[in-house]
Amino acid sequence: MKVDLSQWHPVASSSDLPLRHVYQGQLWGHELAIWRADDGHVNVWENRCLHRGVRLSIGLNEGSELRCLYHGWRYANRTAGCTYIPAHPADAPARTVCNNTYQCIEKYGLVWSAVAPERSFETPVTLTDTAPLTLRAIPINAPSDLVQKFATDYPYGMVTHKSDTSMTLQSGASELQLFFQPVDSGKTIIRGLLIPQPVDPIVALRHHNAMMTALRDKIELAVSGLSPPRAIEVEFKPVAKDLAQMPNINTAGPKVEFRAKVAKKWITSQNVMAFRLEAFSEQFPTFQPGAHIDVSLPNGMLRQYSLTNGPGQTDHYTIGVKRDVASRGGSICLHDDVQEGDVIAISAPHNNFPLRRDAVKTILISGGIGITPLLSMAQALKAQGLPFELHIFVQTAADLAFPEILHDLDGLTKTYMGLSPRATRNVISGVLANYVAAQHVYICGPGVMLEAAREAAKKCGWPDEAVHFEYFKNSKEIDYKTTFEIALSRSALTLQVPAGKTILQILRENGIEVPSSCEQGACGTCLMTVIGGEPDHQDVYLSTKEKASNQKIITCVSRSKSNQLVLDI
Amino acid sequence: MTQHCDDPVILNQWHPLSSFNEIVVGQKHRTVLLGRSLFYQQTAQGELFVWSCDNVSFVLPTKRAYGFLWTSLGIPPDELFAVGEIDEPDRQNVATGVFGVNVSFGRAIENFLDMGHFPFVHTGILGEEPHTEVKEYDVDVSESRDEIMATRCRFYQPQASLASEAGADVDYIFRVPHTNCALLYKSSPGYEAEGRMDVIYMFLQPMGPEWTRAHTGMCVIDVANSYESIRYFQQIIFGQDKSILENQFPKRLPLDSRAETPIRADKSAIAYRRWLAKKGLTYGVIPSI
Repeated sequence: MKVDLSQWHPVASSSDLPLRHVYQGQLWGHELAIWRADDGHVNVWENRCLHRGVRLSIGLNEGSELRCLYHGWRYANRTAGCTYIPAHPADAPARTVCNNTYQCIEKYGLVWSAVAPERSFETPVTLTDTAPLTLRAIPINAPSDLVQKFATDYPYGMVTHKSDTSMTLQSGASELQLFFQPVDSGKTIIRGLLIPQPVDPIVALRHHNAMMTALRDKIELAVSGLSPPRAIEVEFKPVAKDLAQMPNINTAGPKVEFRAKVAKKWITSQNVMAFRLEAFSEQFPTFQPGAHIDVSLPNGMLRQYSLTNGPGQTDHYTIGVKRDVASRGGSICLHDDVQEGDVIAISAPHNNFPLRRDAVKTILISGGIGITPLLSMAQALKAQGLPFELHIFVQTAADLAFPEILHDLDGLTKTYMGLSPRATRNVISGVLANYVAAQHVYICGPGVMLEAAREAAKKCGWPDEAVHFEYFKNSKEIDYKTTFEIALSRSALTLQVPAGKTILQILRENGIEVPSSCEQGACGTCLMTVIGGEPDHQDVYLSTKEKASNQKIITCVSRSKSNQLVLDI
Repeated sequence: MTQHCDDPVILNQWHPLSSFNEIVVGQKHRTVLLGRSLFYQQTAQGELFVWSCDNVSFVLPTKRAYGFLWTSLGIPPDELFAVGEIDEPDRQNVATGVFGVNVSFGRAIENFLDMGHFPFVHTGILGEEPHTEVKEYDVDVSESRDEIMATRCRFYQPQASLASEAGADVDYIFRVPHTNCALLYKSSPGYEAEGRMDVIYMFLQPMGPEWTRAHTGMCVIDVANSYESIRYFQQIIFGQDKSILENQFPKRLPLDSRAETPIRADKSAIAYRRWLAKKGLTYGVIPSI
């Protein structure tokens, strides 16, 4: 029998995919895990977790993510990208850890897929503009070419059309469309559609069920003397080279490689504009809670914004942008110049603020627009049923951004309005009192608030590893007075950094491209690896531990204590 | 369906057939090893015999070790790997049951070495969410002893000892001294101060490339629990693993480094796959390309 992997076949009935179920299908020997997310999207994936090969069809459909039963790895709706690896809770998984997926489309009460399609799905001619009745699928232990031969005698009407994968039988004004799903070399499923919907569907379903069962008995009797054909050997695609080793922490700078359409732009709170960004044809890559994207603006600036999306919302990204008149023009440009329908370039999500999900309790503290990454975290924690509280500090009620998300988090948030810095500090100290092992706190907000929260956490006995923070501004006074030399190990170049200039500026002046964003030591975009010398850290991005290791430097503000600094570039 | 094995790496090994607890003296027992049907028998005089079901004159070597009958279809080494603890006078060596599992022995060994699945597969017993982290540990392949050791392993266990209600980190050491046998050492409740550990082992009988019988046992200090309760505990643990193992795909252990996606927690499994590949093993595995 000829194996043609390029053809589209129905692989499941829509009714096989009830709420939170994972259906196991098969096409030409390839096992499929088929599941519907709560947003209605149907996923057809290779039935194998890429970690240790366990069938995903025994995994848990959690509505927006599929969880592997073996090690609890979570895979996002649509992209099949891994969003969380419980064995390493502090790491953000490389976004390329991704299960293999198949193209699919749901139409006429059936889910259609192909192992290696050469063309996109085409509606069978006879089905255009119809709402047929989906018959019960009948599995038959026989090869599909043989099943098709026997099916021409199916007691319904004249065969008016035949293809490699289907057959149309005509009876008066009604039609029966039969599809032959080659499960494996010796197994076929017949899926039938009746056009138009009969007056009494139950009677029609019963009738065809009986007729199809008779057809099955006839075919299986005919092949009973033959030895069954060898099962199709399925080849497994090797995983990407970089994934075969343990994923390293990504040190490369961001690239704005995706085009995104501004599908919606709306005022979500006083001074904060929300943007819904949608992909064109390809999907956006998988993100994890706490992740941000780099947005390339029409005025040439590169700015970073946290995603507010909940788990499994992989068809779009949402960001919130606060209008800041004192800034260098990034937010103003987004507020005033970027319109709905515009196309902008964005990077894949980076996660410098990963959420651990092995905490006995998670405390989220936000100040002002710092709410954005924490909204993504709160939604992920809620979906997983993990205990958390979200403390929101704002000036007035009009400053509460994304009220629709906050509404869904009802009962898990606590809002404080118009507090003085001193009162804020007192509230935070209260929230962080009574530290218990395996609690974690995530703070995002203005620098003053972050410093207060870090101090309070220290006083209450929180270890450094349990306190996670994301600055959006470096409010430290930066010392640009020193003079030193930088040696670029890979470029074989030695350059002088005079007083008043930064490493970043000197690199650029010498034609070396380095991505940057905030240029004040807060975002981490211009991070570089240090091979020799002792950096003079002036950023707020690196943790105390990272700073002490002297292996990394934020080149837009930090300088050198030693006469020479050797950089890995 | 089984197929005959022509892989010298696995043919020239000792393989377990049965614990002596399960051998009825004078009675002929039947089993399968590497695709071959075998009879085995212990006589009233204590003599051991293993021979092929198809050919009475094909008599196999036998070995008595650690409470089990071992045999080989090739030319086995003189000695089996050492388990010193079994000779300690205050220990009890208990066979805790045999489990059939439709998967290659390599997959079963990897599962035995794996801590990351404890909270998800052995929920409430060997692990519990949210304590899912696999902390850094060391893996060493000893050239002289030709075995893999994973040390400094720690994992959170709810109700870590009978004395305490609370959970705590439990220390483990894993050993793979044989292509299809593995042992783990786990802190022994009450003997932590002396640094003595309970030994839990799994000796696998490869019946076919994708079909395994697991002989399990424990060598524990001062058994407070009855054999029944120890066996019952092992039944639960293995029963939970079995349903995962039989859903692994492909069933043979892929040795190619790009077949699956390892993480740092899988260091011991990576070492095991490399070790098998280096030996040139082909039976029950998918050799690297």
